[in-house]
Amino acid sequence: MQRIRLRYTKRGRLRFTSHRDFQRAFERALRRAEVPMAYSAGFTPHPKVSYANAAPTGTGSEAEYLEIALTEARDPDKLRELLDESLPAGLDIVDAVEARTPGLADRLTASVWELRLDGVDPEEAGRAVAAFEAAETVEVERQTKKGMRAFDARSAVVSLGLSPETHSLRADRPTDQPCAILRLVVRHVTPAVRPDDVLSGLRAVADLAPPVPAAVTRLAQGPIDAGTGTVTDPLAPDREAAPLLETAAAAATAPAPEGSA
Amino acid sequence: MPAEAAAAAESAESVFPQLEALLPHVQKPIQYVGGELNSTVKPWESTDVRWALMYPDAYEVGLPNQGVMILYEVLNEQEGVLAERTYSVWPDLEALMREHGVPQFTVDSHRPVKAFDVFGLSFSTELGYTNMLAALDLAGIPLESKDRTVDDPIVLAGGHAAFNPEPIADFIDAAVIGDGEQAVLDMTRIIREWKAEGRPGGREEVLLRLAKTGGVYVPAFYDVEYLPDGRIARVVPNRSGVPWRVSKHTVMDLDEWPYPKQPLVPLAETVHERMSVEIFRGCTRGCRFCQAGMITRPVRERSITGIGEMVEKGLKATGFEEVGLLSLSSADHSEIGDIAKGLADRYEDDKIGLSLPSTRVDAFNVDLANELTRNGRRSGLTFAPEGGSERMRKVINKMVSEEDLIRTVATAYGNGWRQVKLYFMCGLPTETDEDVLQIADMATRVIAKGREVSGSNDIRCTVSIGGFVPKPHTPFQWAPQLSAEETDARLEKLRDKIRGDKKYGRSIGFRYHDGKPGIVEGLLSRGDRRIGAVIRAVYEDGGRFDGWREHFSYDRWMNCADKALAPFGVDVDWYTTRERSYEEVLPWDHLDSGLDKDWLWEDWQDALDETEVEDCRWTPCFDCGVCPAMDTSIQIGPTGKKLLPLTVKKPAATG
Repeated sequence: MQRIRLRYTKRGRLRFTSHRDFQRAFERALRRAEVPMAYSAGFTPHPKVSYANAAPTGTGSEAEYLEIALTEARDPDKLRELLDESLPAGLDIVDAVEARTPGLADRLTASVWELRLDGVDPEEAGRAVAAFEAAETVEVERQTKKGMRAFDARSAVVSLGLSPETHSLRADRPTDQPCAILRLVVRHVTPAVRPDDVLSGLRAVADLAPPVPAAVTRLAQGPIDAGTGTVTDPLAPDREAAPLLETAAAAATAPAPEGSA
Repeated sequence: MPAEAAAAAESAESVFPQLEALLPHVQKPIQYVGGELNSTVKPWESTDVRWALMYPDAYEVGLPNQGVMILYEVLNEQEGVLAERTYSVWPDLEALMREHGVPQFTVDSHRPVKAFDVFGLSFSTELGYTNMLAALDLAGIPLESKDRTVDDPIVLAGGHAAFNPEPIADFIDAAVIGDGEQAVLDMTRIIREWKAEGRPGGREEVLLRLAKTGGVYVPAFYDVEYLPDGRIARVVPNRSGVPWRVSKHTVMDLDEWPYPKQPLVPLAETVHERMSVEIFRGCTRGCRFCQAGMITRPVRERSITGIGEMVEKGLKATGFEEVGLLSLSSADHSEIGDIAKGLADRYEDDKIGLSLPSTRVDAFNVDLANELTRNGRRSGLTFAPEGGSERMRKVINKMVSEEDLIRTVATAYGNGWRQVKLYFMCGLPTETDEDVLQIADMATRVIAKGREVSGSNDIRCTVSIGGFVPKPHTPFQWAPQLSAEETDARLEKLRDKIRGDKKYGRSIGFRYHDGKPGIVEGLLSRGDRRIGAVIRAVYEDGGRFDGWREHFSYDRWMNCADKALAPFGVDVDWYTTRERSYEEVLPWDHLDSGLDKDWLWEDWQDALDETEVEDCRWTPCFDCGVCPAMDTSIQIGPTGKKLLPLTVKKPAATG
């Protein structure tokens, strides 16, 4: 059995895809692409797919991860292309490696987020960011299944900064109005601190209240470098573990087409 | 609607930027963003005739609708023609759209519906009428046809409910009855010519050109005259060249129309997640309550090879895990056994399940059922005896004997099925309490037989029962509808009888719908133009999504009907529980389904005498009138062809 790890995106209007919706779409794409999936045992067999740490519905993402199990080996790059063609534009498969190390989910310990605040003056946003960074703790509340729950949104935040850009020309929601763009690095903790919670925190410490909902995009997730506070590629260990020769050999003897015997 | 929304609707610009800001605040935003696999977006400027197609219900119900999907593809395949889809928005988004001036939009390109040439709505049920008004209002299109200008779209109704479009005559500009595939292309041609000529004569002229074809009904070109007692005196064309009766459309060779070729695959969850292939259209079993069977005649089969090709291409294009073989009675296809076996063989390794949504008890056989469940689950079997007593089944011409049913379920339970679902109707013409109570006896015999053949007590039978609503263009179009109170009382007696059975009661499930929604459906399905005022009043009072239990309000409909109908001297009972006579002019008599009204009347009399009628596929013609009136004929196999394997599976390892 071969395991392949994939990075995918939720771009533009398809960021409104819920995780459940994505799962269904992905499993159909596997069928369309005729990927030789391994199935779970049982009364209703399911293709073996493990999803890790999905972004909330409505937030965009450049860095979602999943792992699939195959019954026959496939070239990861060709598989990536095939799957990408089988998914709607916006749900794009952007990276693929063969799994050679355990614990992808364990490596996803932090995320980098971009928060675009349309109609917010960058200077005002900058003051709010400074107040947030200066605070020891920032208590926020969120509606959970068990009712309103209060927790600290500050300690999980590795860094929060104002991007120098003041206009956003992202294709999904272009605007020539001034906006403030924040860059947030946050550790994955329990309870999770989401971009929304940080926005609630900015409102709590500095009364920052964006006139329209923030456009939130996950730019990266992976292990965090303790020294620099940057988030690194979680697929790097798999790439590094790949023996160079073997990769070359595999490419040269790409699997023969089915039924050619 | 707000003035700014009206201004926005003037242009065909995408309203997505405005909509996007609202989406974080609504439930399931994915249903409003489009981008489904196999959806089509064409450049606006490259086309000259543009259709907005609506299924007037929530996206999760509307997206899988085959009618809309077929027309969407048929139109988009044409050079210079564009079709986009729109669905009803839930009240949470509707409120935000009104607050922020965002008009009704298509999900494909998020263009305002008002910018299109045609706004076509497909009505499977009358309960979508209030949703049509909500969409028109949100779109900034005047609710009534008479208030529209040359810049408003032509509001067009289709679907089964359009066979009596009179209740919505004020709100629509036109209706087309029957198969839409060729009809939308013919309409497109006429609209294109009119636009190319510079839209001479405005809105009236294009509608007149459409009406003169005899295949497009324009309500404004007909005057309805009433008798002092409230009945209709006559319906008369008020323009020269407009035909007295408008004909339904019939597509003859289904293999020439293999749609949908590229079924839409939504990201959002919808009610049917499968690759559907219509294996034949029409049904001549002659069940007297069944409007679909009456108005879609004659039977036209898709060939076994045509079906095989559609399934193969459709599965490739979608990745669905289930194939639905659709029709009004799928086991009646002349080659259904070979179809099921061939498909099960082809897709054995791909874990593709097959489903046959409508199966008659007498057409069921265990070989077929085994093929259907070979690659999937063996969960339950569903049959629809419809009437509880032998007498009742003669009245409705559903010729299924209790022996047939018991034999069938015995085979099923004996072959490993554990659950059988039985559908019935309550309130059928001439029905008494005793007829309905016999449903309990039937369910008891089913369980007794099941326990006997399976040797197990772990089997179930679910009885599901709904109120009967008399429909236009059926032999029961003259019948009195049973009142909601009597329906409920009868169902209660049946429930008590089932629950009171100590020995078998716990193995019998009982599901029923109360009689109230059926009365509203009855009011709308056999209504005339005076019902328009009721629909409008209900809409203005907040009525939406009437097919949804949590949104439907019977009291609202009754209050609005009392007020709106009072000036006419008629009431809800007059439309529903009143029996019609032979002479009465029915509101839909000028819409020609091909059925001879005298034949329908004879069949109604036969029903009262408990006389059955055969199926003309296997016995001589009984003169329902459709084939000669519409110049059509029955098209059935067998072709004698088989579905061959697509690839040689697991070739022998011969070095």
